Amino acid sequence: MSTDTPKKSNSLIWGIIFVIGAIMLVWSMTTSRTGQVWVTPEQHAFTADADGKYSETDSPTTGDIEWTTYNVVPDSELTQEAIDSGEASLSWSRTIGLWLAALFTLFILSFLVGDNPAYKFAEAMVVGTSAGYVMVIGLWDVFVPNLLAKLFPALVQSWTHPGMDASGGFQWLYIIPAILIIMLLFQLMPSGGWISRWPIAFFIGITAGYRMIGYVEADLVAQIKAGIVPLWITEGGTFAFWPTFNAFILTIATLSAMIYFFFSIEHKGFVGVTARVGIWFLMITFGASFGYTVMGRIALLAARLEFLFGEWLHFIPSS
Amino acid sequence: MLLAVAIPILTKTVFPEVVSKQAKMVFDAIDDLPDGSRILLSYDFDPASQGELLPMAQAFTRHCSIKGHKQYYMALWPLGSPMVDLSIDTIKSEYPDMVRGEDYVKFDYKTGGEAVIRMITQDLRGMFELDSRGISLDDIPMTKNVKNIQDMDLIINVSAGDPGTKQWVQFAATPFGITTVSGCTGVQAPQMYPYIPEQLAGVLGAIKAAAEYEAAIDEAYPSIADNPKAQEAKRRMGPQLVAHSLMIGLILVGNWIFFMSRKRGQA
Repeated sequence: MSTDTPKKSNSLIWGIIFVIGAIMLVWSMTTSRTGQVWVTPEQHAFTADADGKYSETDSPTTGDIEWTTYNVVPDSELTQEAIDSGEASLSWSRTIGLWLAALFTLFILSFLVGDNPAYKFAEAMVVGTSAGYVMVIGLWDVFVPNLLAKLFPALVQSWTHPGMDASGGFQWLYIIPAILIIMLLFQLMPSGGWISRWPIAFFIGITAGYRMIGYVEADLVAQIKAGIVPLWITEGGTFAFWPTFNAFILTIATLSAMIYFFFSIEHKGFVGVTARVGIWFLMITFGASFGYTVMGRIALLAARLEFLFGEWLHFIPSS
Repeated sequence: MLLAVAIPILTKTVFPEVVSKQAKMVFDAIDDLPDGSRILLSYDFDPASQGELLPMAQAFTRHCSIKGHKQYYMALWPLGSPMVDLSIDTIKSEYPDMVRGEDYVKFDYKTGGEAVIRMITQDLRGMFELDSRGISLDDIPMTKNVKNIQDMDLIINVSAGDPGTKQWVQFAATPFGITTVSGCTGVQAPQMYPYIPEQLAGVLGAIKAAAEYEAAIDEAYPSIADNPKAQEAKRRMGPQLVAHSLMIGLILVGNWIFFMSRKRGQA
């Protein structure tokens, strides 16, 4: 038997799947609004009071700030009346977005057949757009309101955040993080990279300090406290079997798992048996984690298929 | 596997859910609060976990809205902010009587994880001077009297990793005793259970717990059972059952083939 046979049969299977998919797509497009996104407009208006502060208004006048947002109408709620009256309109930008989302989903799923240029392209797009999005969000949601607005409040108020209070004036303390940011950028310079080590050291120190407090308080002290439980539990004066059983399991599992990680004594005899019990509890925990992980991955696949069958192909009502 | 997941979706197969003790604890933590209580909802996840976490996030939103709780939304993940927008869209479309600024408010994403939590436990305005629309917190009815998140009656955290539930437990729930519940991914769930009941009032682990939570809401508020959007997690359990059954079957068949071939090899 030729080694190419499995490859050929794989290609045949995938070819059939793609042909069936294409036929279903064409059929769906001719019988429904497949792959279309319809929207309704929503008006927003903000008006300024005597102090220059802005608040939302239902009756805008000249000089107020106004804009329109568009809400997606699910296919199940879209009526011919809404289309004919012009209340709902086809959104080309969102329709293109929907098709891109569907195609990129298929590109990513194409990795199941094997590594290929479509998958690599989609992967690069995800990384690139995510990085770009995070940078823009970081600039407008963090850098501008939490640093620039403290240093130059009047400028930021007139430029991007009219609702902010600029009466605080220049806050000199924020010069320190500004300097640290500039020092951090020296990482990009061909020489002088050592300057960036200072803000990095500061950041690591702060993070380590924060985390140490958090772990000691919530994961060490509080968990020791939670682990010390009565081994004879009564409810309303009578012995409660299951809570007592759970308390025993909790105590045995905690102690045996800890003994497994205690390497100062050789794991022989009683210590060895206890450590082996600890391994069993650890394995059960890992098994539960693995089971949960599988469930999570299936949920993600189901969500993508719901998107493809619902929002894109309209085989099922989109949520 | 693709067919095992796809067929229940296309046939809209939904199985009944029995509400577990864990899901009931989370339900009670929200439901037992007096109407109009203050609830902080932090969406610490992104589109990569949307399929697993958005159904429970939306269920939290619907439950809080039914109860008329004041909802304060925030995100410690940059891509969590668009997830919050999806919940706000739900409020706008399904609870049109709720008013932005009086019943719900959104804060923008802030970087820093635990540092953000630490800061807002002391001074909310030190981190969020404005809401996501650029309105001062002093001009918003539901925020003008809030000094910090110790004023909240409950924290709901929907978490896909770090920063997430662990940080909320470490820096808000444990040191300040703020009642907190978590909805987290399956991967995280086993790490969160030890925090119950002292540090977390309840945990929804993955889509199964989300489906049970939806069922608990349906039982308490039957009118919501007619809303197909409010059954998203329950709908997603159909593919779970079929896919898991297939996997268990394949494991059994694989083991049977292994032992049979070993037996034949020995013979």
